[in-house]
Amino acid sequence: MTLAAATNENLAHLSNTLIYAAMAVYTLAFFAYITEWIFGSRSKIGRTAAALTGDAAGKAQAPAVTVKNAGGTAVMERPKVVVRAAAGARDVPDGPGAHGGDEQGDLYGRIAVSLTVLAFLIELGGVLARALSVQRAPWGNMYEFNITFSTVAVGVYLALLALRKNVRWLGLFLITTVLLDLGIAVTVLYTASDQLVPALHSYWLYIHVSTAILCGAVFYVGAVTTILYLFKDSYENKLANGGTPGTFATSFLERLPSSASLDKFSYRVNAAVFPLWTFTIIAGAIWAGDAWGRYWGWDPKETWAFITWVAYACYLHARATAGWKGRKAAYLALTAFACWLFNYYGVNIFVGGMHSYAGV
Amino acid sequence: MSKTTPPDTASQRAEDQDLGAAGSQLSTAPQEDAPNLPTLGVIGWARWFWRQLTSMRVALLLLLLLSLGAIPGSLIPQSGTDATKVADFQQNHTILGPVYDKLGLFHVYSSVWFSAIYILLFVSLIGCIVPRSWQFVGQLRGRPPGAPRRLTRLPAYTTWRTGAEPEQVREAALTLLKKRRFRAHVAGDAVAAEKGYLREFGNLAFHIALVVMLVAFAWGQLFKSEGNKLIVEGGGFSNVLTQYDDFKSGNLFTQDDLDPFSFNLDKFTGTYETSGPNRGTPRTYQAAVNYSVGAYGKAKKTTIKVNEPLVIGDSKVYLTAHGYAPVITVRDGKGNVVFSDAVPLLPLDSNVTSTGAIKVMDGYRNAKGQKEQLGFQAAFLPTYGGGTSVVSQFPALTNPVLNLEAYHGDLGVDAGIPQSVYQLDKTNLKGFKDSKGQQLRKNLRPGQTMQLPNGAGSVTFEKGIKEWANFQVTRQPGAGWALGGAVTAIFGLAGSLFIQRRRVWVRAAKGDDGVTVVEMAGLGRSESAKVPEELGTLAGILYDQAPGAPDPQDLSEDTPDDTATPDSDAVPAEGAETT
Ligand code: HEM
Repeated sequence: MTLAAATNENLAHLSNTLIYAAMAVYTLAFFAYITEWIFGSRSKIGRTAAALTGDAAGKAQAPAVTVKNAGGTAVMERPKVVVRAAAGARDVPDGPGAHGGDEQGDLYGRIAVSLTVLAFLIELGGVLARALSVQRAPWGNMYEFNITFSTVAVGVYLALLALRKNVRWLGLFLITTVLLDLGIAVTVLYTASDQLVPALHSYWLYIHVSTAILCGAVFYVGAVTTILYLFKDSYENKLANGGTPGTFATSFLERLPSSASLDKFSYRVNAAVFPLWTFTIIAGAIWAGDAWGRYWGWDPKETWAFITWVAYACYLHARATAGWKGRKAAYLALTAFACWLFNYYGVNIFVGGMHSYAGV
Repeated sequence: MSKTTPPDTASQRAEDQDLGAAGSQLSTAPQEDAPNLPTLGVIGWARWFWRQLTSMRVALLLLLLLSLGAIPGSLIPQSGTDATKVADFQQNHTILGPVYDKLGLFHVYSSVWFSAIYILLFVSLIGCIVPRSWQFVGQLRGRPPGAPRRLTRLPAYTTWRTGAEPEQVREAALTLLKKRRFRAHVAGDAVAAEKGYLREFGNLAFHIALVVMLVAFAWGQLFKSEGNKLIVEGGGFSNVLTQYDDFKSGNLFTQDDLDPFSFNLDKFTGTYETSGPNRGTPRTYQAAVNYSVGAYGKAKKTTIKVNEPLVIGDSKVYLTAHGYAPVITVRDGKGNVVFSDAVPLLPLDSNVTSTGAIKVMDGYRNAKGQKEQLGFQAAFLPTYGGGTSVVSQFPALTNPVLNLEAYHGDLGVDAGIPQSVYQLDKTNLKGFKDSKGQQLRKNLRPGQTMQLPNGAGSVTFEKGIKEWANFQVTRQPGAGWALGGAVTAIFGLAGSLFIQRRRVWVRAAKGDDGVTVVEMAGLGRSESAKVPEELGTLAGILYDQAPGAPDPQDLSEDTPDDTATPDSDAVPAEGAETT
C-alpha cells in the first residue's frame, strides 16, 4: 500500500515536470512559428490579388487544374480530369503558407513542426503519467481536462499534417492557445492528483468525456479556420471591389489558403465531428440515466451541450439554405463554438449544477 | 467560376435549363422559393403558411430560436431541478420574481413558449419529411437522368479519343459502373449512372429518428414514475404505492404500471479515502440485495452500486443515499423491553454527522404505572473527535458515539399533522432531568446504557450499528425507443454527412472524322474532391478497355477544344454548396 502510494506520488510528480517541460518546448515552437511568419513576410507573392484584379475582361479564367492535351503527338496520355469551381465562387489560388515561399521561413516552419511533435510527445507523457498516478482516465477535474484537451488538439493538428492536409498555417494560432490553456491549467486550475467520487465511476465516463474532448479539439480547429476565413473573405472582397488592403493584411492573408478553401475546410471539420458530438451527448444521457435515474434532466451542462448541438445543426442547415452560405454560416459556426466553450468553462465556473463536482 | 459576384439569376436559369434534368433531384431538400404573397382566401393563406413553415429558412429560424430559448433555463433556477433555489430567488428578487414566474422562466422546458417552439419545429420537420420521403421513393423508382447536352459544363470532366466502337465503350462503361454499384442505364448515346442514395436515406432516417426521440421523450414524461424508499439493513420493500416514502408520477401514470417485484437489503458497504487531501471522500458505495420478480419469483442476489442500478422490467432501482441506523433498546422501570429497533438517522454533512429521533409510542408505562410516550433526540457521530466536538471527523464507523436527550410526555403523533420522523415535536414533552437538574443528555458508545432517572427505565445503544440505504425506483417507459432513435440518428447523420450522392455520365459517339470520342463527367450534390477523383479512376479503367487513338493533326483546331478549356460558367448542382 505505502509502496504503491509512493509510486503514485512519484508519477504525479513526473507528470507535473513533463507538463512544464512541454510548455517550455511549446514556447520554443511558438517562436519558431513566429520566425516562419516573419521570414515569410519578405515574399512578394500576391496571387490572390493577381487572380482577382487581373484584367477584368475574362482573364483569370484558368481552371484550377489545367489539362494539356498531348495534341499532335502519337504519345497518348491517360485522360485527365478537369475540375471546375461552382458558379459564383471566386477562383482564387491558395496561399503558399506562413513561410510565403521563403526558404528560410520554410526551414523555421519545419523546425516549428518538429518542436510541436516533441512537445506533443512530452505532454502526452505528462497526461499518461497523471493517468497512471491516479489509475483512471485523466479527466476527473478541470486541470486534467485542460491538459488532455490541449494534447488532443495538438494531436488533431499533427494528424491533419500527417494526412498531408494543408494546415501548417494553423500552427501559430494553435500553439498560442495551447500555451494559454496550459498556463491557466497549471496556475488557476491545478488540482493535486486524486481518485474519483463514486458517481464518476462508469465506463460511460470514459466514452462520454473522451469523445467530448476530441469533439472540442476538432471544433476548435474548425473555429480557428472559420475566423481566418472571415478575414480572408473580407480581404478578397476588398480586392475584388478594387480596394487596397493594408500591407499587414496583405502580407498576412496572402499566405493563407483562399477563402473558399478555408470555408470548405472548416465545414468539413465541423461536419465530420458533428455525428461524434451527437454520440457524445447520447453517451452522456445514458450515463446520466445510470447515475441519476433520468437520462435527460435539463441540468445546465446538459442544456448547454444541447444548445451547442442545435447551434451546429443550425450551421449545417444554413449551408443547405440559399442566402445563408458563406459569412452568415460562418458566424453561426463561431456562435456554436462559443456555446461549446461556455459549456466547458462557463457552466463549471458561473452556473454549477450536478456536473460541478468536476473540481473547478 | 472566376466571377467575384454570383451570376445574375436570369443567366443562371438559362444555364440550368442547359443542364436539363441532369442536375435536378440530386437531393430532396425543399426548394427555396421567393415568398410570393397569396391573393387567395383562407385556403391560400393556409397553404402559404404551410409552405413557409416547412421551408428550410423557417426550419433554420426555429432551430435558432430553440437554442436561444434553452439558455434562460440554464441560468435561472428551475423548479424541476431545485425548488429551494427558486424560492430563494423569488424571495431575493421581489420585482423580477413575479415577472419571471409569469413568463414561465422557472420552468422553461415545460413553458408554453418553449413548447410552442419545439412543437412548431416538429410540425415543420414532419411537414418536411413526408414529401421528401415520397420524392425519394420516386427517385429510387426512376432512373438516373440522361446526360446533359454539354458535359463540359459539369464540375468534373474528361475526354479522349479511341479506336473502339461507341457501342463497345458504352457497354464497357455500363458494366464498369454497375460493378461499382452505380445504378446505371444507357440513355441515347450515353450511359447515365448514379450512386450514393444512402446519403438521402441517412438524412431522412436522421430526421425521422428525431421525431421518434421526441415522441419517446414525451411518452416517458407522461407515464414516468419515481419514488423513494429508505431501507435499513435486513429490511425489505415490495413495489406497491403504499410502501414508498414519497412518490411522483407523470400525468397518465396509473398504479397498475408499477412492475411487480420486491427486494431486501442485506448489507450496505461504503469505503472512504483514508488519507490525502481528499480524506473522507467516498470511494465505493454498494448495496447487497436479494430480489424477486413477480409474486412467486425466485430470490436472486445482486449488488446495486451508484452507477449500476438494478433493472427490472421498465423499472430501475438506484442507490441514492445512505446513512447509519443505530439499534436502540428501551426498557421500562421493570426491565421490560418496550422498544427495540434500528433507527435511521439523517446525515447532515459529508462525514455523516447525523441526527434523528427515537419515538416510543406505546407499551411504555412510567414509574407510577401510567401510560406515557418517550422521545429521544439523537445525534450520531460515526467518528467522534473527542472533547466537546459535535461533528464527525470521518464518514466510516471508526469511533462511533451516540448522543441522546431524553423526553417523556406526548409525542403529538396522533394530532393528525404529518411529522418528520427525524424530529421531536417538543410542545407536549418534558425533559428528563439529571442529578444537577439539567436536561438529561449523554454520549453513549456502542453497548452502553443510559439510565432514566427515578426508575423511569433505560435506553441502550446496542453494539451492532446498522446502515441504511435510500433507493430510488424510477420507471421511464419509452427509454428504449429514445435510445433506438438516438442510435438511428447517429448512423443516419453519418450517412448523410459522409456519403456523397453523385452522378456520372459516359458519352461515346463518333466524331466528325469517324473516330469515337469518349466524354465522361461527374456531378456531386456538394462539390467535393472525391467526385473528380472517382471520375479519374473510372476513366482510367475505361481507358484501358478503350485505349486512346492519336489526335488527328488536321482537325486539331476543329475538335471541341472546350474539352481542355471549359466554359467560364460552370453549372452547379441544384442547391450545390460552394464548398
Ligand atoms: C429538430 C430539428 C432539426 C435538426 C436537429 C436537424 C438537423 C439536421 C442536420 C444535422 C443536418 C445535416 C445533414 C446534412 O448536412 O446532410 C440536416 C440536414 C437537412 N435538414 Fe434538418 N434538422 C432539423 C429539422 C429540419 C426541418 C424542420 C427540415 C425541413 C425544412 C429539415 C430539412 C433538412 C434538409 C432538407 C437537410 C438536407 C440538406 C442537404 O441535403 O444538404 N430539417 N438537418
